[in-house]
Amino acid sequence: MDKILLAHGGGGSKSAELTRLVFQRFLRDPLLLEMDDAARLPGQVFTTDSFVVRPLFFPGGDIGRLAVCGTVNDMAVMGAEPLYLSMAFIIEEGFPLAQLEKILASIARAGRESNVRIVCADTKVVEKGKADGMFITSAGIGRPAFQKPVLSSRVRPGDGILLNGPLGLHGISVLTARGEFGLRATVKSDVAPLWGLIKKCRNLDVPFMRDPTRGGLAQTLNELACKKKFGVRIREDQLPIPKKVAAVCDLLGFDPLHIANEGKVVMVVARRDADKALKILRRQPLGKGARRIGEITAENPGRVVMATKAGSERIVMPPVGEILPRIC
Amino acid sequence: MAEATALTRLADRLRDFPARPDTKIMEVCGTHTVAIRRFGIQRLLPETVQLVSGPGCPVCVTPGSFIDEAVALARQGVTVTSFGDMLRVPGSFTSLEKERAAGCDIRAVYSPLDALQIAADCGRETVFLAVGFETTAPVIAAAALKALEKKITNFSLLTALRLVPPALKALIVADTRLSGFLLPGHVSAVIGKAAYDFLTEHRLPGVISGFTAEDIISSLLCLLDMHNKGIYKIMNNYPRAVRDNGNEKSMAVLAEVFEPVDAEWRGLGAIPASGLRLRPAYAALDARQRFTIKTESAAPRRGCRCGDVLRGLIDPPACPLFNKGCRPDRPLGPCMVSSEGSCSAWVTYG
Repeated sequence: MDKILLAHGGGGSKSAELTRLVFQRFLRDPLLLEMDDAARLPGQVFTTDSFVVRPLFFPGGDIGRLAVCGTVNDMAVMGAEPLYLSMAFIIEEGFPLAQLEKILASIARAGRESNVRIVCADTKVVEKGKADGMFITSAGIGRPAFQKPVLSSRVRPGDGILLNGPLGLHGISVLTARGEFGLRATVKSDVAPLWGLIKKCRNLDVPFMRDPTRGGLAQTLNELACKKKFGVRIREDQLPIPKKVAAVCDLLGFDPLHIANEGKVVMVVARRDADKALKILRRQPLGKGARRIGEITAENPGRVVMATKAGSERIVMPPVGEILPRIC
Repeated sequence: MAEATALTRLADRLRDFPARPDTKIMEVCGTHTVAIRRFGIQRLLPETVQLVSGPGCPVCVTPGSFIDEAVALARQGVTVTSFGDMLRVPGSFTSLEKERAAGCDIRAVYSPLDALQIAADCGRETVFLAVGFETTAPVIAAAALKALEKKITNFSLLTALRLVPPALKALIVADTRLSGFLLPGHVSAVIGKAAYDFLTEHRLPGVISGFTAEDIISSLLCLLDMHNKGIYKIMNNYPRAVRDNGNEKSMAVLAEVFEPVDAEWRGLGAIPASGLRLRPAYAALDARQRFTIKTESAAPRRGCRCGDVLRGLIDPPACPLFNKGCRPDRPLGPCMVSSEGSCSAWVTYG
């Protein structure tokens, strides 16, 4: 590797390789090496994220809403209540003020929805053509709120795997918003802040949560299973894949399990709490479509296996390289 | 245990089918290869049935020298447009993906018409890498005609188009142990059923199949049944997309712009009249005539057995590089690069 490729930003195995072979040679703080969505500080969680989505506006959201939700969700899946956010804007010379205002209004709205305060911000302007409109970098601070620690080392065979709704909406929304491939279907992104949903399960035993963003459900489940003594088994007939998502994926040769989501959470719930968690999720607006999609197994350690509709099985691998660049 | 559905009942019939010993079915098409492994159909086969992948993945059968030509064009400052899968294929020294990171103007497109639009918008010399089979060739021919009609003179094609029936002919002459073919759905929609009649002369059955699990399993059942009974026919099990005569309009556009030419296939070698080149009347669109393309090629990669995989002689794990030196995240051979390649499908879906 002597140059960064777009594939290194895809969130899949190439991204992991860049992190391992380059970043971790220089940045070696034990909290960073945990590779969680947010760092666990004493009594707090702390996270950061950047947003380079193209186009800036897409059905169901925009870069501002995405920045708030993405940051809030990274804390929520650590079992932490999001409290404070920072937002830094890199804006291109000539950017229309009306669009900036629209994005800021959207940030304010998403902030209220997630009940977080945006307490510091920064702006830089670069020459025309150097930032493709706007990039946003955010950071967030939250407070652990789950009774039992959300720690993947506590995952056990028999635990249930829950998902709160349909897959692939964000990735396909942004893709179709680009107007490429002659696709005209409008699919609304699922971008949403998840703490309101997740906190309802704070008294249950939930050893693992992750928002399946870049790399999709396949990436998340593989991160869960990787190098563990347990396996993951999901059932194809339980996966909620909307018709439009399936159609676009068929057309372009994508696996819906590789497509990014921005309002979904994968929850591993201890066996005895799994049914209760499912009921709780289904009572919430963002959890109406919740399903139990599979289990943690003692078999196939380290691997993700899917029981197919044809009564067979296959393994589920994370995507390699760049599926859809600049999706978030 | 999942409840029984029409699909699981069909799957049970396949599992329990009394197939003859040493039955070897080839699925020709890369999309079928992926679908079979995504649905896990290879695990449903009776013990005596082996399913092997054929030469139907466009990226896989395109020779490495073609990548070298494309890289040479990109380095000359030409805008190179291509189906995305080609970008990661290693040429002799580099890939288009690496050249893009190094600053060459290389763009992934989903249709040659997008490439034509890029040419119209950017005004620079723009070349589209014309790879694929009878499915993509008519669309590329249409783009060529449109370029002439709209007088977009900075657009040209670097061609490596291939034809399926000549490759199957070459295969059955070389390997007599095949019992039948699962025939490609999309290609057949263009060329029609009659294009495979030659198979029956070699006492081989073929079934044209769609891409759902139901399509593929029922097609395999048809094939196994014909093989058991010694019936050698071509059956169309995908009538909702394939007509017996194919798509005559597409074939006419294809024949207007292209003519058959002897062509080199990765793994299969040179096959007579198995490729397409631009007819002399369209020579102005031929990138090889428009530009001087100088390439040097390195010796073929040692150990890579894509050629044998493409001929259905070995399963991917029999290659010494499989999932060791050659993996989806750093592929050496094209069968690992292409999402439709059988090596990639074996790793991805198990």
